[in-house]
Amino acid sequence: MEKDMEQMFQERIDKEIRIEPKDWMPEKYRQTLIRQISQHAHSEIIGMLPEGNWITRAPNLRRKAILLAKVQDEAGHGLYLYSAAETLGISRDEMYEQLHSGKAKYSSIFNYPTLSWADMGAIGWLVDGAAIMNQVPLCRTSYGPYARAMVRVCKEESFHQRQGFEILLTLSRGTEAQRRMAQDAINRWWWPSIMMFGPKDDESPNTIQSMKWKIKRFTNDELRQKFVDICAEQIKILNLTIPDPDLKWNETTGHYDFGPINWDEFWQVIAGNGPCNKQRLDARKKAWEDGAWVREAASAHARKRAERLAQKRA
Amino acid sequence: MNTSLINYTLHLADTALVMGHRNSEWCGHGPVLEQDIAISNIALDFIGQARNFYQYAASLSGNGATEDTLAYLRDVQDFKNLLITEIPNGDWAQTTLRQFLVSSYQYYLYQQLQYSTDEQLAAIAAKSLKEVTYHVRWSSEWVIRLGDGTEESHQRLLKAVDEIWNFTGEMFVPAAYEQELNTNKTGVDVLAIQPLWLHKVQEVFAEATISIPAKSFIQQGGKTGIHTEYLGYILAEMQFLQRAYPGAEW
Repeated sequence: MEKDMEQMFQERIDKEIRIEPKDWMPEKYRQTLIRQISQHAHSEIIGMLPEGNWITRAPNLRRKAILLAKVQDEAGHGLYLYSAAETLGISRDEMYEQLHSGKAKYSSIFNYPTLSWADMGAIGWLVDGAAIMNQVPLCRTSYGPYARAMVRVCKEESFHQRQGFEILLTLSRGTEAQRRMAQDAINRWWWPSIMMFGPKDDESPNTIQSMKWKIKRFTNDELRQKFVDICAEQIKILNLTIPDPDLKWNETTGHYDFGPINWDEFWQVIAGNGPCNKQRLDARKKAWEDGAWVREAASAHARKRAERLAQKRA
Repeated sequence: MNTSLINYTLHLADTALVMGHRNSEWCGHGPVLEQDIAISNIALDFIGQARNFYQYAASLSGNGATEDTLAYLRDVQDFKNLLITEIPNGDWAQTTLRQFLVSSYQYYLYQQLQYSTDEQLAAIAAKSLKEVTYHVRWSSEWVIRLGDGTEESHQRLLKAVDEIWNFTGEMFVPAAYEQELNTNKTGVDVLAIQPLWLHKVQEVFAEATISIPAKSFIQQGGKTGIHTEYLGYILAEMQFLQRAYPGAEW
C-alpha cells in the first residue's frame, strides 16, 4: 500500500505536478523539506545580524534607508519561509527551539563578521548573489508553498544583489582607502561565499534523493561553477581582484577553473567554530528570551479582551 | 535667509532622525518577528521624514549643505531634536511607550503643520501624517496590551512611565524659533496642541489601566542644543564613516 503511494507520489513529481500541504507525501520528503525550509528561514533571521551591525553606522541617509529596508526584507523572507514550513506540521516555536538548541542549522556564511562598510557591498554582491543562484531553481521546487515563497524571496534578493554591487562599485571608484576597504571585503567574503553551495557533489549526502524529488534541481557543484563564472566577469567592472590565483578561463570546458576550497574551514564553521557562531546564536536567544514577557503580555491581553467580549454578549 | 525657518526645519528633521536611529537599533532583536518588522518599518518612516526635512533645510541654507552634511557633519550642540528621542530604548515597554508619546505629539503637530503657509513644510507634514497615524495606532495598542496584560508587563510599563515622563513636557515649551514661526502661521503653536495630546494620552492610559504622573519636572534643552549625554554616542556611531573618511562619496 505504502509502496503504491510512493510510486504515485513519484509519478506526480515526474509529471511536474506540485505537491500541496494536504497531499500524501513520504515521511522522508516531509522531513527533508522541514529541514531545508526551516534552515533557510533561520538563515534569513540570523542573516539580519551581520548587516544589522552597520545600520546605525551607514555612511549616508540614502544608504541607511536602503540597508534598513534590506534587513527588514530578510525578516519578511523569514516570515514567508516559517509559514511555508508550518504547512508541513511544525510550529514556528518548535523551529526556534531547534535553532536555539543547535539542532537546526543555518547558512554558515553568517558566522563571519562584518568589519567594514564594504562588507555590506560584498554581502550583497557575493552572499546574496550565491543565495540567488541557489534560490532561483527553488521557485520551481516540487513543494507548492515553498516554491511560492521563493518567488517572492527571489524578487527582493535580486534587488539586494544589485545594491551590494553598487556599493562596491562606488567604493571602487572612490578614494584609495575606499578601494582598499572594498578589496579587503572581497578577500574575506569570497571563499565563504563559494562554500555556500555546500559540500562537493560526491560528499553531499542528501543531493541524490532531493534531486529525485525535485526539491533540488541542480547539484551543488553545478551551481557553484555558474556562480564563479558570473563573478569572474563582474569583478572586471569593479577593477578589483578575486582572491584566487588559480582562477582562469578554460577554453575547453567553457568555464572558469578555480582553486581548491578549504573544506576544513567549512566543516569547522558548521561545527560551531566560526568567528561569530556563538555571538549570532546568543543574539537570537537573547532576543527570544527578552521577548518572553512581551509575548506573554500579548496573549494575556488577548485573552482578557475575548473574555470581556464574551461577557458583553452574554 | 530665514534662520528661524531653518532652525525649525532642522528641529523637525533631527527629531525624526534620532528617533529613527533608536528604533533601528531593534532591527534583528525584536520580541516577535512581526514586531521586528513593524519597528524597523517605523524606523524607516522616520528616516524618510528626516530626509525630507533635511533636504528642505539644505535648500534653505543654500551654502552647499546637503541632507548628509546636515545629518553627519553637525555636532551635538547643533542638533535640535527633542530629548525624549535620544534616551536609550530600554525594554519593549519603554520603546513602545516612547513611540506612543512622540507619535501622538507628531500626529497633532503635523495635523496643524499641513496647513502651514510654508508649502514645503505643509507638503512634508501631509505626507508624513499618513505614516504617523499608523505609528499612533501601533504604539497605543502596545501600551494598552502591556498595561492590561500581565502583572510583569504592567509593572514594566509603570517603570517606563517613570523613566520618560519628564521628557514629554519639552514638546510643549516653544523655542524662540517656534514662537517666531508661529506668529506668521509657518509653524505650529505647540501650546495649543498640548491639551489634544494630553487627552489622547489619558484615553490610552485609561485603557492600559495606568495613570498620568501627578507631578512632573520638565527636562528640556534639546530644541536649543543642550542634550543628554546619550546624543554624543549616537552621533559618534552614526557619523563615524563621514568623520573618518572626510570628503569620500559613498
